[in-house]
Amino acid sequence: MEILNAFFVAPFVDMGSDYIFFAEVVIAGVLTGVMYSLVALGFVLIFKASGVFNFSQGVMVLFAALTLVGLMEHGAPVWLALIGTVLVMIALAFAVEWVMLRRLVNQEEIVLFMSTIGLSFVLQGLGEMVWGSNVKALDIGIPSEPFEVGGILLNEFDLFAAASGAVLVGVLAVFFHYTRIGRALRAVADDHQAALSVGIPLRTIWIIVWSVAGMVGLVAGIMWGAKSGVQFSLSLIALKALPVLILGGFTSVPGAIVGGLIIGVGEKIAEIYWGPLFGGAIENWFAYVLALVFLLFRPQGLFGEKIIERV
Amino acid sequence: MTQRARQIGDALLKVEGVHLSFGGVKALSDVSFEIREHEILAIIGPNGAGKSSMLNVINGFYHPQEGTITYKGETRKRMKPHAAAKTGIARTFQNIALFRGMSTLDNIMTGRLLKMRRNFLWQALYWGPAKNEEMAHRASVERIIDFLEIQSIRRTPVGRLPYGLQKRVELGRALAAEPDLLLLDEPMAGMNVEEKEDMCRFVLDVNDEFGTTIALIEHDMSVVMDISDRVVVLDYGRKIADGTPDQVRADRVVIDAYLGVSHDQSETAEQA
Repeated sequence: MEILNAFFVAPFVDMGSDYIFFAEVVIAGVLTGVMYSLVALGFVLIFKASGVFNFSQGVMVLFAALTLVGLMEHGAPVWLALIGTVLVMIALAFAVEWVMLRRLVNQEEIVLFMSTIGLSFVLQGLGEMVWGSNVKALDIGIPSEPFEVGGILLNEFDLFAAASGAVLVGVLAVFFHYTRIGRALRAVADDHQAALSVGIPLRTIWIIVWSVAGMVGLVAGIMWGAKSGVQFSLSLIALKALPVLILGGFTSVPGAIVGGLIIGVGEKIAEIYWGPLFGGAIENWFAYVLALVFLLFRPQGLFGEKIIERV
Repeated sequence: MTQRARQIGDALLKVEGVHLSFGGVKALSDVSFEIREHEILAIIGPNGAGKSSMLNVINGFYHPQEGTITYKGETRKRMKPHAAAKTGIARTFQNIALFRGMSTLDNIMTGRLLKMRRNFLWQALYWGPAKNEEMAHRASVERIIDFLEIQSIRRTPVGRLPYGLQKRVELGRALAAEPDLLLLDEPMAGMNVEEKEDMCRFVLDVNDEFGTTIALIEHDMSVVMDISDRVVVLDYGRKIADGTPDQVRADRVVIDAYLGVSHDQSETAEQA
């Protein structure tokens, strides 16, 4: 009885009794969720366009952040460093298309997946070789003053991150939904050869998508880097994007957002209200358990396309 | 099929001296022929004769080591698939290559991608015109759906459709591009008699109504003799005959190499 009370009653009583604190927890969760969504978005883009799970997305986030910090350390002003990094990410997209994708047209998905694992090692090595492997602070002048609204404590930085996330999603949604490129992307993901035969320039599409994924990676890298420093562990937040993708569905841009928010809010609430029952630190694994439950009941995710197989 | 509405014109596409090999395997050697405007040309030959390779050369999937392709008066050594599509070559595949996860409608819409306005960023900014454009394309896709009599499967994901219908959707996607040259790789393979008859009717109607030039690969001799204006015969990567169905049917080399020793071929062909 006591256990039931501790699990199913007490946490909710806590939430109700100190609702300002609860609101703060939720907001903190939403903001972390936005950051997860940013990483997950990069995965979704490439998955939509090539049917490939891009293992190197996390390293792309790190690589973008490293490049940005590196350029700034060499004395480049923020705007110049940003432009430089964007150019580097576009160059990377060209290189990936040239070295990897072009050679692997029409190959099994697992082959492409393996090649992205290889890419992640190459990128990580390259980033550390060029820019060094020590932890770097990233400061591009985003304000980070805390302030209060109706008794709830907020941080300017978090709001900035959320706002840029929202803008990015808006732009991407328009890009994919209101342009013919959306259908072309799905076609390319479905069947390379058929896509070519209806006149979709495969290579152009790939370069576009990898460039966009690189830029989304840059935004994610800036946000995470500014929050916790640019270091190797940045590439590991990609692992947090996995449960987000399972929740939201691998092919859905809105899914990545909603999934990220659910994971962000869910794990914060779980940590605060249920954490003590497990001896704390459940924030680290809560997301994966949630993903597992989802896999059982809705394997295609909240917004994913249903998998249809004719037998 | 003698009283066709459209007059057969000059060569639309000319293949000259094409050699294609994969490592040591010669797929095509010194193949030359032409496809004339508004005609239906059948490419026949035993398995492994290089028929599909020939289509792949024409639409740029394979690049021949030697030889040229002259299309609409422009001679080139190699074609790029999306360039081929852009200049009006559409095709279907031997093993259906549809976008399985997408509906019939979406599949056929992809055939119109090239007809849509070039600049997609522009399209993103101007909602109104972009929307009107989409509507116009939808309308023409609906005409194709009516034409192929597949109204009832408009919203069905193609992965769920039976084989014969998938072939039809694939033809629809090719037609959506309003091609000048339509390449069909075994459009009737694996179909029952009724489905074959339907498909023949569609092929003839496309040729009649839109004047589309068609090159098709087919194994069913009765179909070939029935619907084609000319026949090109390949064997071991070489062209061994080229002419009207009647000429080819009477050709000794063809009978020996392809139709085998049986001499009742003409009867078989006339049965259909």
